[in-house]
Amino acid sequence: MRDALGEVQSVLVLGGTSDIALATVRKVVARRGARVVLAARKPETCDSAAAVLRDAGASEVHSVAFDATDFASHEGFVRATFDRFGDFDLVLVAFGVLGDQARAEHDPGAALEIVQTNFSGTVSVTVPVVTRLRAQGHGDLVLLSSVAGERVRRSNFVYGSSKAGIDGYYQGVAASLATSGVRVMIVRAGFVHTKMTDGLKAAPLSVTVDAVADAVVRGLARGREIVWVPPAMRYVMVVLRHLPVAVFRRLRL
Amino acid sequence: MIAAPELLSGWGRTSPTLATVHRPDDLEHIVSQVAAPSPRGVIARGLGRSYGDAAQNAGGDVLSCSNLDAVLAIDVEKGTVTVESGVSLDTLLRVLLPLGWFPMVIPGTSYVTIGGAIASDIHGKFRHGSFADYVDRMRVVTPARGACMLEPEGDAKEFWATTGGMGLTGVITEATLKLQPVQTSRIVCDTERTNDVDDCMARMLERDHEYRYSVAWIDCLASGGHLGRAVLTRGNHATFDDLAFSDRATAREYMPRTLLAAPQWIPNGLLNPLTVRAFNELWFRRAPREPHRVVEGIKPFFFPLDSVRDWNRIYGPRGFVQYQFVVPSGSERVVRTALQRFSAARVPTFLAVLKRFEHDSRSLIGFPISGWTLALDIPAAPELTPLLDGLDELVVEAGGRVYLTKDSRLRPELLAAMYPRLDNWRSTRAALDPGNLLRSDMDRRLDLSGAGRRGA
Ligand SMILES: NC(=O)c1ccc[n+]([C@@H]2O[C@H](COP(=O)([O-])OP(=O)(O)OC[C@H]3O[C@@H](n4cnc5c(N)ncnc54)[C@H](OP(=O)(O)O)[C@@H]3O)[C@@H](O)[C@H]2O)c1
Repeated sequence: MRDALGEVQSVLVLGGTSDIALATVRKVVARRGARVVLAARKPETCDSAAAVLRDAGASEVHSVAFDATDFASHEGFVRATFDRFGDFDLVLVAFGVLGDQARAEHDPGAALEIVQTNFSGTVSVTVPVVTRLRAQGHGDLVLLSSVAGERVRRSNFVYGSSKAGIDGYYQGVAASLATSGVRVMIVRAGFVHTKMTDGLKAAPLSVTVDAVADAVVRGLARGREIVWVPPAMRYVMVVLRHLPVAVFRRLRL
Repeated sequence: MIAAPELLSGWGRTSPTLATVHRPDDLEHIVSQVAAPSPRGVIARGLGRSYGDAAQNAGGDVLSCSNLDAVLAIDVEKGTVTVESGVSLDTLLRVLLPLGWFPMVIPGTSYVTIGGAIASDIHGKFRHGSFADYVDRMRVVTPARGACMLEPEGDAKEFWATTGGMGLTGVITEATLKLQPVQTSRIVCDTERTNDVDDCMARMLERDHEYRYSVAWIDCLASGGHLGRAVLTRGNHATFDDLAFSDRATAREYMPRTLLAAPQWIPNGLLNPLTVRAFNELWFRRAPREPHRVVEGIKPFFFPLDSVRDWNRIYGPRGFVQYQFVVPSGSERVVRTALQRFSAARVPTFLAVLKRFEHDSRSLIGFPISGWTLALDIPAAPELTPLLDGLDELVVEAGGRVYLTKDSRLRPELLAAMYPRLDNWRSTRAALDPGNLLRSDMDRRLDLSGAGRRGA
């Protein structure tokens, strides 16, 4: 159970090898220790993350197999995971792919992989997760969304549109869970230095994984529904969102 | 019987969770609910005055017992009253005072049910016993035995596992309580200011024996030479002769006052070190400089906050925690260190309450032990975790414990050290509820029952 001061006892990470997720869970377990379950395509690749988390104070770390694009497995995966480990106080949805925009513009397979991971895969696993959270009557569900979905840009519109879709979907999930005892928080980060963005030119207002982790922890403590990282991104996006199409295009973002 | 999903939290308004709330109106309903609850179990709830998560059950059933509100019998020969468990102390006092009877132990609010008072084995300003010590008999519905009567001698294990047992042995439906005769509904109350916490404790040790009730209100924001400056109030039941002539006609009136309501919505951060410091200063100055005697009513003496309905809302939507611990006599330094740390951390806390116990609770996981107990309300914030976890260590080292009824944030690892009879309680509990049907969020969080359910 989450206690009165926000300390959680069990965490499920979907996308257990995500750099942002690892930094976030480190901060969470450093406070009181907690049981952590990392779900990843190749659970064996979680070993170093597990070691880091144990060092940081996690009482237990387990890795389980989960593939976001294997839709048919999702219900069974969620049932087995909740049955085996019990309630989760925090479910962090962290998997995602940036993809190759140039390729995705003429290769339907490449475009679909991005959409199927970031949008369809997230929807597919979220449905049974929400069922279980609703039944347990408590818990936090956190989605790592992106500012890329707030106004979709020319330079990464396949990724951006998948994030726009899932962000909207989670706004609806949040509304549907309003009186369920389950809280939903959407994290809209700007450019974060992780293996996903490795080699790319950093965008303005770029942040570290620790900044995202702090924002997530703070947002949970305050019961926020939407968190922007860095906070100034919120205002940047307000402006971008309202630019006329002609002007927005000329910015070549 | 109606059942509806409801978000429940404790008095501190932290960690709300969803449960199906049933409002049974007779014993039969309770027996059937306890025998076959939802897969996530069932717990009883009274007036929701536990501060934390003791009377909520995420995803499961909650039996709200406020419809069980009948005063069944008063035995004037023996001085006992038999009530259903949903009767509040407020109701009980309205019935008993005009007849010249009074409960033996009264807590700091009248809005608790008798069932809740027993399940928490509550205490008050009376130092020589806690609520369960004056329960003659009670009816409890347990999964293993259905409805059964428990007596403190005949069924010692089950009885003392149920008192203070946080509802996890069964649902209390009825109890017979020992009473004390009183001549009036007034208290002769002596008030004095003390310079600091040592002065306060010394005065309590020296003269408490002259009083039935004793409590000190400490200003936690004072520091340095004023660390723990306090207002000490102590009292005895007034006799008829203690009353002014003008008051004698209403000698046994309970005198409920009209309630002021706290505003519905109050922003976070209204309580900050500045506003609270100002309040504490005012409050301290209001107390007479020299020792002072007044005759006052039951309500202002025992239930000063009951006159503000929903006062817990002043802490805003993030809610608050109450930290209450007890340490054995001789560990006064823990009280002092706690006050120092609160003062240094500048936590915006109103008054802390310091009391003494001169008895140990007989309940297997009851709270009181002979010594000192300090309680204070603090707005919930993540920064409190290290502060309170640190104090818990000192409390455990001293052989003390925190009060489960107030708890919403204890580290589960410390439970066994704080409650040395925990194993005894667990095995007795398991015999009454072998299928672990009784569950609460507190049990999930602390694994009180030791069933190791990991929250299921
Ligand atoms: N980095 C940024 O600038 C940024 C900004 C805003 C939002 N975000 C979002 O934040 C989240 C975490 O990103 P990150 O920066 O931490 O990147 P990351 O380290 O690359 O993490 C993404 C994780 O997703 C996993 N994943 C990809 N496809 C998967 C699949 N089919 N099934 C299961 N897992 C899969 C990857 O696991 P394996 O490859 O190890 O299997 C990878 O560990 C993503 O949703 C991302 O879109 C990132």
